[in-house]
Amino acid sequence: MAALTPGFRSRRRAPGDRLPPGQFLTEGFPVLSAGPTPAVATDRWRFTLTTETGDQHVWTWPQLTALPQADVTTDLHCVTRWSKFDTRWRGVSLDMLLDGVDTEARYAWVESYGGYTTNMPLADLRNGRAWIAHTYDGRPLPAEHGGPARLLVPHLYLWKSAKWVSGIRLRINDQQGFWESLGYHAYGDPWREQRTWGD
Amino acid sequence: MSRWTTARLVSRTKESDTARTLHLDAPGWPGHLAGQHVDLRLTADDGYQAVRSYSLSAPADGDRIAVSVQPAPYGEVSPYLVEDFPEGADIEVRGPLGGWFVWRPDRTEPVLLVAGGSGVAPLVAMLRARLALPEGPAFHLVYSLRGPQERWFGDTLDSLAGRTEIAVDYAYTREAPPGSARPVGRIQQAELLVDGFTPAQAPLCFVCGPTAFVEHCANALVALGHRPDRVRTERFG
Repeated sequence: MAALTPGFRSRRRAPGDRLPPGQFLTEGFPVLSAGPTPAVATDRWRFTLTTETGDQHVWTWPQLTALPQADVTTDLHCVTRWSKFDTRWRGVSLDMLLDGVDTEARYAWVESYGGYTTNMPLADLRNGRAWIAHTYDGRPLPAEHGGPARLLVPHLYLWKSAKWVSGIRLRINDQQGFWESLGYHAYGDPWREQRTWGD
Repeated sequence: MSRWTTARLVSRTKESDTARTLHLDAPGWPGHLAGQHVDLRLTADDGYQAVRSYSLSAPADGDRIAVSVQPAPYGEVSPYLVEDFPEGADIEVRGPLGGWFVWRPDRTEPVLLVAGGSGVAPLVAMLRARLALPEGPAFHLVYSLRGPQERWFGDTLDSLAGRTEIAVDYAYTREAPPGSARPVGRIQQAELLVDGFTPAQAPLCFVCGPTAFVEHCANALVALGHRPDRVRTERFG
């Protein structure tokens, strides 16, 4: 048998323990979306948290931006194999939005303007690990990157960080989102390389 | 779906001065839909590995698969695949991957394809899947490219001459062939309004290319009246 990819050599060394397996580092900020970028005006924007019993908690744009804000610097890992280090965001912690919401739910089903959906355990949105982010690198989040606001859950692959987020439904049972129903992993931990079904 | 298997480079064919199509033999390949992609994994002598995703540029053909590669300046993987990876050598593949940006041969509505540069690869896979059918829906490709030297898949696209239900329009952005009526420049919204593929005919639209190109064209299609859920996109970089 011929050698495997003979003559191939690394041209860049990734900084070892910050890069999950199978990822490469990029300086750019690639855009991946399944369809056109929806235009969402902040005067019509709402974020709706719906519990398993149907209770709704709604925030308008002025209400969201009046809440205490968190500044977050984090690494991003996309399932298409690029990672980007030290991205800077500002937004509202999900802990703040979930505070005082009475729920027995174990799962979150995230909905976006434009129809995108994704799912994850509710625990992954708690304890300072998830935000509704509206500012990137000191500027309003551009629409192609999910503006006016996107979910940011950087410890999971980036498709979980739903762009143009419009709400979260708290659920007793898990329900697959858009990519999860098309072959992507239900959880999506970059460090365990959970890219697709069966990983 | 997600196991790594070994494939062998059978041949490399020229798409432009710089781009090449790699024809790989992948024993046990399960087949794929036009528009899907594969991961390729390369391994250096010291064990270092790199993985990249490439769109499949032809429909399934037994164990034979094809990917088309534009070498990125100073890239780690693409220049190796185009220039150095020897015929007869092995590479690891995983796939097929992706279940949204695909065309299934049992679909009956017209299909509008909008390609920017190397984004033409998965769209030509769809066009080829249609050409493999004795009859099927109308297809129209709008292909934006810098100049005639950058045109990929020339043989396939030239074979469409004289057909009416499957056609291609070129939108040259920097240099047009002699005698071209269209001024060079970016695709205009009106150029995406194609007879037989208007919003009233509810075609399935696929847009693939660099991010700014896809943003521009997908927004133009929605502005023309196409339903956003009928516009599927794939963005490079």
